[in-house]
Amino acid sequence: MSLTKYESQIREPLVNGNKTYSQVTKDILHTIEAKPTRLWYIGFYVSVALLLFGVYSVYREVVYGIGQWNVNRTIGWGWDITNFVWWVGIGHAGTLISAILLLFRQGWRTGVNRAAEAMTIFAVMCAGQFPIFHMGRVWMAFFTLPYPNTRGPLWPNFNSPLLWDVFAISTYFTVSLLFWYSGLLPDFATVRDRAKTKLRKHLYGIASFGWSGSTKHWQRHESLSLVLAGLSTPLVLSVHTIVSFDFATSVVPGWHTTIFPPYFVAGAIFSGFAMVQTLMLILRKVMNLQDYITLGHIEAMNKVIVLTGSIVGCAYLTELFMAWYSQVPFEQDIFFKYRIAGPYGWSYWLMMTCNVVSPQLFWFRKLRRNVLFTFVMSIIVNIGMWFERFVIIVSSLYRDYLPSSWSIYYRPSIWEVGFYLGTFGLFFTCFFLFSKYFPVIAIAEIKHVLKTTGESFKNDMSSLEAKKVDEFVGEMHHGHHEEGTVKVAGH
Amino acid sequence: MALKKFVVGCFEDEKVLFPAVDKVRKAGYKFHDIYTPFPVHGLDKAMGLRETSLHTAGFLYGLIGTTTAVTFMTWVFTKDWPVNIGGKPNFALPAWIPITFELTVLFAAVGMVLTFCYICQLAPFIKRHHFHARSTDDLFVMVIECGDKTNEEELKSFLGSVGAQEVNTQIAEDGWWVGRYDKEDQLYKEPNIA
Repeated sequence: MSLTKYESQIREPLVNGNKTYSQVTKDILHTIEAKPTRLWYIGFYVSVALLLFGVYSVYREVVYGIGQWNVNRTIGWGWDITNFVWWVGIGHAGTLISAILLLFRQGWRTGVNRAAEAMTIFAVMCAGQFPIFHMGRVWMAFFTLPYPNTRGPLWPNFNSPLLWDVFAISTYFTVSLLFWYSGLLPDFATVRDRAKTKLRKHLYGIASFGWSGSTKHWQRHESLSLVLAGLSTPLVLSVHTIVSFDFATSVVPGWHTTIFPPYFVAGAIFSGFAMVQTLMLILRKVMNLQDYITLGHIEAMNKVIVLTGSIVGCAYLTELFMAWYSQVPFEQDIFFKYRIAGPYGWSYWLMMTCNVVSPQLFWFRKLRRNVLFTFVMSIIVNIGMWFERFVIIVSSLYRDYLPSSWSIYYRPSIWEVGFYLGTFGLFFTCFFLFSKYFPVIAIAEIKHVLKTTGESFKNDMSSLEAKKVDEFVGEMHHGHHEEGTVKVAGH
Repeated sequence: MALKKFVVGCFEDEKVLFPAVDKVRKAGYKFHDIYTPFPVHGLDKAMGLRETSLHTAGFLYGLIGTTTAVTFMTWVFTKDWPVNIGGKPNFALPAWIPITFELTVLFAAVGMVLTFCYICQLAPFIKRHHFHARSTDDLFVMVIECGDKTNEEELKSFLGSVGAQEVNTQIAEDGWWVGRYDKEDQLYKEPNIA
C-alpha cells in the first residue's frame, strides 16, 4: 500500500514488511529456538581456538614475566596499551547507540542497540586484560583498589590518571552491564514463555528474574532505562577522556596536548561504529534479520562514521599545526621528523589513509547503502584506528628527551601478538554465544516502534489520507498525537 | 502467599485496550494489573497509577556517591596519609573530579537497579503466576481481582462487551514465590488461532 499525501519521502521505515507482534517475536527468537548453522559452529570453534592461544600467551607472560614481550625501556607501552585503547574505543559505539540515541529519541537505535551493547561489554572485557597483565605481577592487581591494608594503610594515588582509569573502566563495565541486562529481562521472559523444552524454560526463567510485564513494572523500567541512559551518556564521554588523560597529563612530546579528550572520544565512536557495522552486517545475513537491521540502519551508521572520521581528521591536522605553532623543538621534531617521516612514518600514513581519506567516500549515498562496500570500509577503519593508537604510543616513545635511550627496533613478539589474538578469541566467543542464546534484537523495543513505522502503520493511515491537509494539521496541532512519532512530509 | 480469584480479559490491539481500560475503571472494577509485551505509553495514566519516583532514588544514590568519593579522598590525602607531591596542595580537588564523577555514576546506577529489582520484586529463581503465555508475546492481558461482592459472570460478559477477545477466570497466587511451586508448568504450544 502506498500513501500519497502523508508518507515521508525522507524517512524510511525502521522495520520492513508488514509484521505483527507475534511475527516479530518469532523472527527474532528464531536464532534461539533453532539449531545453530554450520557457519556458527565453524566461527565458534575458530574463536575458541584463538582464545586458547591467547590464554597460553598470557600464561607465558605471567610465568616468565613481561620479558616475553618485546617492549623495552623506551617503548614501554607497545602493542599492549595500543590494544587496550583500541578495545575501549570499540566499546564506545554500543553506549552511544543505546544511551545517547535514546536521549535524542532516534528510533533506528532499536534495531541495533542490543547487539551493540553486547559488543560494548565484550570489548571492555578484552580491554581490561591489557593494563592488568601489563602490570607484570598480575596477582597484585588488587593493589590498585583503595582497601584498608596492612601496609599503613597505604592508599593509591588518587591524583594519578592511571588510577582514574581503574575507576573509569570498572564503572563503565558495571553500568553497561546493568543497562544491558535490565533491557534483557523482558526479552528473556518472552523466551521463557515460548520455551518448548523444560530446560530452556527453567534457565530463561532464572535469567528473566520472574518478569511478568506488569504495567507498573514497565513504568519503572522505562524510568530506569531513561536515567541509566542519562548516566551513561556523560560516562561514555568521561571514559575515553580519562583514557586520553593517561597520555595528555604526561610531558611526552606528541602526548601533552589539550586536544586529546575530544579527539579520543570522536575516534572511539568512529572505530566503535566501524566494529558495529562489521558485526551487524554478518549478523543480519547469518541470522536472516534484514527486515530489522535495514539498509536505513546501515546508512545511518555510515553517516556517523563519516562525521566522526572527519572530526578525527581535523584533530590530526590540528596536532600538526599546533606542533609547528608552539615553536617547541621537541614537539616539532616528534611530529615532523619522527612521526610523519622516519622509520615509523608508514604507520602514520596508513592511519591517515584509513581514517581520514577513505571514509570520505561515504559522502556518496550509493556507497553508504552498499553492504559489501560498508563491510570492507568497516575493516579498513578498524585497522586505521588501531594504527592511530600505535602511532601515538610508539612514535612518541621511541624518540624521547634522551638520545641515549632512543630505540627504533620494536616489533612485537609472538606472545604479544598472541595476547591480542586471544582477545579476539574472547570477543568472538562471547559474541557467538550471545547470538545463539540471547535475543539479538530488543524485541520489546521493536514492538514499541512497530506501530509508528512501516507497513502496519500505513494500514491505519487510510482514514487520515482521506482528510484534508488543514484538518490534519489542526488535529496534530492540538496534541492528539504522542511524541511526534507521526511522520508528515510536505504541507 | 494467598490464592485469589481473578477474571482475565485478553486484548489484541491497543486501540481496543485503551477505551476498555476507561470503561472498566468507570464501572468501578479494581485492576489487579495489565500485562503487556512492551511498554504501552499512557497505559499507566489510563489505569490511574501514580508516577514512579525511581529517578529520585537514583538522584539520591548519586549524591551519596559524590559525598563518599570527596570525603574519602579528602580524608586520605589530608588526614590519614598526607604526601608532599612537589609542594602541591594536599586537597587537590580538580584532580579528584574524574573519580568523584565515576563514583557518582556507579552509585546511582547500581543503587537504581537494585531498587528497581527490589520494588518490582525481581530476582533469579523468583516465579509468578502468568495469566497468559502470550502476555510477553502479543497479547495485552487485563486482570481484575474478584472481591466478595463481584459478580463474576457479569464481569466476564462486561469484559467481552468492551472488546476482550478471550475471557476466563483463574484462581491464582497473587504474589511471587521461589522455585518449583507450580507443578503444571505449561510448555509453549503454537497457537491455533489464525
